[in-house]
Amino acid sequence: MANTADSPAVSPTAARYVGQHIARKEDPRLLTGRGRYLDDHTYPGMLHAAFIRSPYARARIKGIDTTAARAVPGVHAVYTGADINGVVANPMRSMFYPPTVKFPRFMPLSDIDVRFAGDAVAIVLADDRYIAEDSAELVVVDYEPEDPVLDYMTAADKPLVHPEIGTNLVLEVASPAETKADVEAIFAKAAHVVEETIHQQRHLAMPMETRGLIAMFSALNDMTVHLSSQGPHMAAKYFAQVFGLAAHQVRVLAFDVGGGFGLKVHPNRDEIAIICAAKKCGRPVKWVEDRMEHLIASNSAREESAKVRFAFDKDGVIQAASFDYMGDAGSYAWHPGPGPKAAEVFPGPYRISKYAFRARTYYTNTVGLGAYRGPWMFETVARECVMDVAAKQLGIDAVELRRRNLITKADQPYRTATGNSYDRISPDKCMEQVTGMLDVAAFRRQQAEARKLGRYLGMGLSVYMEPTANPMGMMATSVAEIRIEPSGHIVVLSNTHSQGQSTETTLAQIVADELGVDIADVRVLQGDTAQVGFGMGSGGSRQAVIGGGAATLAARELRHKVLTIAAHLMEAAKEDLTIENGQVFVKGVPQVSMTVRQVAETAYNAVTTLPAGMEPGLEARHRYAPTGITWTNASHICIVDVDIETGMVKVLRWLVSEDCGVMIHPGVVEGQVSGGVIQGIGGMLYEHACYDDRGNPLAATMKDYLMPLATDVPVIEFGHVVTPSNTPGGFKGAGEGGAIIAPSTIRNAIADALSPFNIACNRFPLSPDYIVMALEAAKKKAA
Amino acid sequence: MSDHTIQTKINGNVVKKTVAARKTLADFLRVDCSLTGTHIGCEHGVCGACTVMVDGLAVRSCLMLAVQADGAEIRTVEGVAKEDGTLHRVQQALQEEHGLQCGFCTPGFVMTLVSLVERKEPIDEEEMKAALSGHICRCTGYQGILRAVKKLTATPAKA
Repeated sequence: MANTADSPAVSPTAARYVGQHIARKEDPRLLTGRGRYLDDHTYPGMLHAAFIRSPYARARIKGIDTTAARAVPGVHAVYTGADINGVVANPMRSMFYPPTVKFPRFMPLSDIDVRFAGDAVAIVLADDRYIAEDSAELVVVDYEPEDPVLDYMTAADKPLVHPEIGTNLVLEVASPAETKADVEAIFAKAAHVVEETIHQQRHLAMPMETRGLIAMFSALNDMTVHLSSQGPHMAAKYFAQVFGLAAHQVRVLAFDVGGGFGLKVHPNRDEIAIICAAKKCGRPVKWVEDRMEHLIASNSAREESAKVRFAFDKDGVIQAASFDYMGDAGSYAWHPGPGPKAAEVFPGPYRISKYAFRARTYYTNTVGLGAYRGPWMFETVARECVMDVAAKQLGIDAVELRRRNLITKADQPYRTATGNSYDRISPDKCMEQVTGMLDVAAFRRQQAEARKLGRYLGMGLSVYMEPTANPMGMMATSVAEIRIEPSGHIVVLSNTHSQGQSTETTLAQIVADELGVDIADVRVLQGDTAQVGFGMGSGGSRQAVIGGGAATLAARELRHKVLTIAAHLMEAAKEDLTIENGQVFVKGVPQVSMTVRQVAETAYNAVTTLPAGMEPGLEARHRYAPTGITWTNASHICIVDVDIETGMVKVLRWLVSEDCGVMIHPGVVEGQVSGGVIQGIGGMLYEHACYDDRGNPLAATMKDYLMPLATDVPVIEFGHVVTPSNTPGGFKGAGEGGAIIAPSTIRNAIADALSPFNIACNRFPLSPDYIVMALEAAKKKAA
Repeated sequence: MSDHTIQTKINGNVVKKTVAARKTLADFLRVDCSLTGTHIGCEHGVCGACTVMVDGLAVRSCLMLAVQADGAEIRTVEGVAKEDGTLHRVQQALQEEHGLQCGFCTPGFVMTLVSLVERKEPIDEEEMKAALSGHICRCTGYQGILRAVKKLTATPAKA
């Protein structure tokens, strides 16, 4: 592993845990089957729900007959929209929609029409899921099918997906006209102009645990919801808004969560419908989405395209760029599309002072748009693919072309064309490190030799910048509440939450270091909105920076208190004291000491001996918001072997150089990056949630929606550049980057491998059939 | 729908229960036996999360009916570590190599790996890796799992 560090970590105490690959606290229970996932919970009287979903992408509902289903023994109720839609008190407006954007009519259950194949129209509640599913098949819905709108690129002129808002355009943003004119003037005079349109296909998040919830109400109308969630507080806020309840009437619980990847950031219509059903029937209701429902009715992402243009001078230095984005919001979209964010981040790691953009998103009769790991990532995909197209057209090596344009240390602080500020970033260093990890010249020789034997190897490179822990709106803050119990044990309450990000371990590392105690004495609790204050949970690569920042600052306040009390009791100067291994002692004189436990006992149980005026107990809380975006950067390289007979792509090597600042846990950082990279490889090679020409979902099993397996993946080789951020621990986010940078990296490698055939590689996925057909088309063209 | 009384041995304990003919082994274990460590990820035999051992072999419990397990000896993820909490070397290797994140798919991986390391015939890394191609993990990119496999095939074969 390569490592370079700019400056040391900023912790006031010797870091004994931060930076170490320690055993995860989560593992003993998860490895032995003692986790507590959504479906593991049960309540007396609990009913099981199954949805009736539309087989049509677009149809009028003329009638619903539930008679036969209601007659089945064990069926408690069958609800349609007419029965339960009135339970919601307020519009179901997504919390991610800006106030300026019109929001369609979202109903818990569709009542007048259906807007995608999978749209829920009724719910059966039964004694168990078997009976519920059987009975769901007996519900008869009379549909009047209509022609669906399926192509976002032509949706502007098609019938309205949501007639009530009067347009299929979700939103449009664009640079001011003068900026555009300015940029076009540069294009008109440029030595070289490179233009390419890149199309990406619909992806699914596909966490191994599907969506699900258990909803129940008390006699006082208090709502408790167990939810498979990334952000219990976000869900509670949304439920309170939709059902017109006070915040203190809603409790959301999410203990172990089997993956989220963005999908579980915001509750969807199905969750609201189940809560309505629970309210209506007066009993706890459980719904665990089955995999087919997940494949057709959970949110999708990444059906999008962009025309990218670069103007270069004669030396390959970028003079201007433009990014014209179009995306598919599907039917019931939970955010209005990543276009604005993608347009904002597009300039990425390069010095691009002149830049114009436009971004548009359209509704279609497909499953709604949701968040998926790095929702705005198409900026990196499009930019890095077209940088390689440019390198080829300009006849400049792809590494060299980037080198001439990357932002260096000398350029910082750097302000991007869209107003973002970069400081403490290292895209150039990462690119040099990752290219240094591979002998590029030797690879080029090997590639030339292999080609003579009919074997097509390719190398791909990408560089990117990621806006992590963006302190915007409700995502700005996290709180940490830490208490040292009278026993000396430490409880950390956090709202970061975890769906595999290991925050039970990483926050404990931070707190144990700051307090100078044994990590075994530190327990992190999260996932219960009744336990800790508001915070959005996980999303936007924010946990280490914002949650970790809050934990760092709360622990420092608590350390101050421990030392103040100990100094008073030990009759020593506070500045002379330190804490190590749970012992407070005079620096250099470990014989004169007392334990943190003794301090804690005093703080709670011998309050008359505390310094005058001091608040008893040992508790601290800190709510933290970073002052701006914390930028993470990385550069990846991969080597592929493309079989031109079968179109199969084998990834031979994958090299990473990343800079997420101070690493709390290298295993967690590398685990996050690796998971993202493999999702990115899957997205570029196989994953495709496609529809037929009537809007029927074609990927309805895991044999249709293909995800990478253990036998498909390369060993990922890591280099780390450590440039601490200006946040309390020096951390930067690391959760999404792998998924953002991997697709263009592998696309560029495939394009490089197939360069003798001149294949565009601009319409994804680059699946075996795509490659074979493209090769055949190229052959025909050449003949 | 007919009901049937079945008797199985689960993690060493004799269990006798009456179940509906169509109930899957996965639901029987989770709902009737409260062994919720076995997870259901797809219910169509692809993801491998629900893998348990039936008479020593790794089986997808979503594709087997509880009545088919009548008379069988079943081992679930709850029955792998020692009673004092000492982890099985498969579990230990996964922990040391950061082979899990969210942990939802993990019980399935554990059971397949346990069935392989405990079988009589020796197993090499490639064979073990091939067996894992019947499991999907969406978090780790398999990196830590494959390091654990390497470690397990390098260790002398004893449980």
